[in-house]
Amino acid sequence: MAKRSAPEVNAGSMADIAFLLLIFFLVTTTIETDSGLNRKLPPMEDQVDPPIIREKNIFTVLVSKNDQLLVEEELADIADLRSLAIAFLDNGGGVGDEACSYCEGEKDEASSDNPDKAIISLKNDRETSYKVYIAVQNELVAAYNDLRNREYTKLFPNDGVNFVEAQKTYNDPRTSLDTKEELKPKLDQVKARFPQKLSEAESTKLN
Amino acid sequence: MSKFKKKKGGDLPAISTASLPDIVFMLLFFFMVATVMRDSTLMVVNKLPAADQIQKLDKKDRVMYIYAGKPSSRYQDKYGVSARIQLNDKFASVNEVGAFILAERASKRQELQNVLTTALKVDSETKMGLIQDIKQELRKVSALKINYTTRVGDYTQNLN
Repeated sequence: MAKRSAPEVNAGSMADIAFLLLIFFLVTTTIETDSGLNRKLPPMEDQVDPPIIREKNIFTVLVSKNDQLLVEEELADIADLRSLAIAFLDNGGGVGDEACSYCEGEKDEASSDNPDKAIISLKNDRETSYKVYIAVQNELVAAYNDLRNREYTKLFPNDGVNFVEAQKTYNDPRTSLDTKEELKPKLDQVKARFPQKLSEAESTKLN
Repeated sequence: MSKFKKKKGGDLPAISTASLPDIVFMLLFFFMVATVMRDSTLMVVNKLPAADQIQKLDKKDRVMYIYAGKPSSRYQDKYGVSARIQLNDKFASVNEVGAFILAERASKRQELQNVLTTALKVDSETKMGLIQDIKQELRKVSALKINYTTRVGDYTQNLN
């Protein structure tokens, strides 16, 4: 029998098939947003005896129903919120046991004693719009991140990264366990210097 | 003399389309890899607010999604224009959130049940009252890790 070579398959329609698949995927999928502001809610059970906090250690931020911002009882602009929060957290006005060795703030007596004691209290009205609330949250988190970045570069100047980048590496599932173990104490040390104490009260009907 | 014979016919040779499938396949694979299938159809307007101090969400199997916002235009004549909560594929009221979280939690693997995050995908035009109610419900079932899902962007985009 004569050897017959297999006939060549016509691949002309390949492009059409591929296009069909491509268009199907284009239409059915969306690129999901999968990032945001992580927060932790307070547990439900009431504390038996709430700790006594001095008035000067609380930084009150209030967002009114008209989306106006009231910082420490004074009208403020969101653009200034970050610097106001940093000034409050970094103040370190305490003496003796409450002194803060790494703070670079004003050391004003009337402001917070120590970053460990400083609490930011965020209140909002039921009529406040979500986007403004997120903007305020973003700026408050930014204040903490700025300070933590400063401390991280001060403590570990040879790492060449700041706190936010280090935390990102730590949370990345691709990072090896060795690197994570190395990063964890560093991150904890910086977090201990500026613990995120952001209290969200239940919204009230404000006048 | 024949060496310098003029070429006959000025028409261009046809462009080979043999590599077209390869190009299209390349695009196809890109889209297959880069996109995730949406598992519930969105019934609410969902324009997320912008923020830049963001962290990446956990792996997909550790996240429960709660959507909220105005019903989208084709549901408006049926459900009205005030903001609603969407759980899975249907609208829900606030007191169904707790049951939803418990059901979602029970459907996950044992070792993941304590590390679940609730992602709140809320439209930027929503009022905080609704979100506050959701947060209260989440506290009742002690789903305390939440994530306000946002777009990447400067906060000033939220202010107009």
